[in-house]
Amino acid sequence: MAETVRVKPAAHSALRLSPVTLLRVAIVLTLLACWELLAASGWLYRDVVPSLLAIGGAVYELLSHGEYYFNLGVTAGEIGVALLIGGTGGLLVGLALGANRFLSKAFESYLYYLGPTPKIIFFPIMIMWFGVGPGSKVAMGTISCFFPIVLSVAAGMRQIDKVLIRVGKSFRAGTWQMVMKIYLPAMRHPIINGVRLGLGVALIGTLLAETKLSNKGIGFLIIQAYSLFDMPRMYAMLIVLFVLSIGANALVGRLGGLDSIKRF
Amino acid sequence: MNTLAIARIHRAAPLIGLLVVVVFIVLIEFLIRIGIVNRFIVPPPSEIIGSFKRVIVEEDIIHRFFVTATECLTAGVMLTVFGVAGGVLLHRFKLLQQATETWIAAMASAPTVLMYPLFLVIFGRSAWTMIMMGFVAALPPVILKTLEGLSSTRRVLIDVGRSFNLTPTQQFWKILFPAAMPTIFVGIRLGLIFALINIVGVEFLINFGGLGALINDLAERYDLAGTYASICFVILVSVLFFMGLEKVERWLRPFE
Repeated sequence: MAETVRVKPAAHSALRLSPVTLLRVAIVLTLLACWELLAASGWLYRDVVPSLLAIGGAVYELLSHGEYYFNLGVTAGEIGVALLIGGTGGLLVGLALGANRFLSKAFESYLYYLGPTPKIIFFPIMIMWFGVGPGSKVAMGTISCFFPIVLSVAAGMRQIDKVLIRVGKSFRAGTWQMVMKIYLPAMRHPIINGVRLGLGVALIGTLLAETKLSNKGIGFLIIQAYSLFDMPRMYAMLIVLFVLSIGANALVGRLGGLDSIKRF
Repeated sequence: MNTLAIARIHRAAPLIGLLVVVVFIVLIEFLIRIGIVNRFIVPPPSEIIGSFKRVIVEEDIIHRFFVTATECLTAGVMLTVFGVAGGVLLHRFKLLQQATETWIAAMASAPTVLMYPLFLVIFGRSAWTMIMMGFVAALPPVILKTLEGLSSTRRVLIDVGRSFNLTPTQQFWKILFPAAMPTIFVGIRLGLIFALINIVGVEFLINFGGLGALINDLAERYDLAGTYASICFVILVSVLFFMGLEKVERWLRPFE
């Protein structure tokens, strides 16, 4: 009997939702209801706002076909290669700029101001240099992610505790040992943050390039759905893409011990 | 090397940086002229500089600049109104803030610009597609920075307001809002940068509107020197825009 009395309140509290969760559920339900009403009302052009059932069906259709996974693999591969090239380049240049005040004063302002320019405008040049295949998409991803990573690494390098550097020097560590034992471990957070920002913009750069000119990849599928005016499929692809990109962003942050998904 | 000499070298660093860029451009020109770099892939820098006048006069770049600037300005006004209002609303209702702040941060990290085909369907091939794209993509930073600014108002300032028995409205307009203004402007600056990037990007992708569409036009005509010149022009405009915004931000935060 005493056992039952102890268990009951615990089960009760587990079922009781917090006001925040309740509000979240209410917001989601209201939005879904408004959407469904709008879809049924016919106020907008037919199919611009498809019913939730149609979108749900399109998501199921999308995820149950191998074609989507093939194209997802192509885009993921392009982004992965872009992140590898842009990330490695950004890390090396960032380390050089962070370690050397002269180099930083000479070149960092160019990178700082070039960083936020719209990268997609370089796409015609990338097509000329790397062709219409995956090469130009990888190049777009690379130049997109290079800038946030280099600026983040350079800033992180300057913020390293001077004591740690003095400890390394007092142990007569060589340049390689300093990089591997002092700089990189001390800069874990700025590097992860740079990679997280880089991943976001590499994803955008690669996918936008795919929507402009390609015959495979998620960007191609999105623009194909637009050309065919298959709106439920387009919504389905955007929903899946948003979930994947927000998840990837949060995952990179978690791996680096960062607890938010902010990008600035 | 003594400290004075090192300081002198460091002072000359920006000039040396510029010199390196100039030498790099001259080297590219040389490599193209001797045939190592294909001039049909990379036009000589002299040709690019020469085509600036042609692009400005024949392609009506000034008009295109104003088209893009108007789109950015419209998106900027909408961002300021709705973004700041959103931030104030979340600050006023804590429960709403707790429920939605993570969602807004998640939206900031999502590739919103990929929704441009959807916006094309909704708004058609018009300036509103670009404006709404810039607005939606840049809204989260303005909301979050407004919220951050209002939430980080120093306790002592709030207490001063209370000691003067200010009403909640007076407390907001006399204490909270002025104290949060610099951080709100950081949000608006970020928002405007995101808006510009997205607007030029969508102009390029859908070949409609101002500067982005010009790059696409010239690239499709295979006018290589013109394409490079227009890209340089867009970069120049973007950089000047960021520098201007930074100046305003420094003016708002003179002691930081």
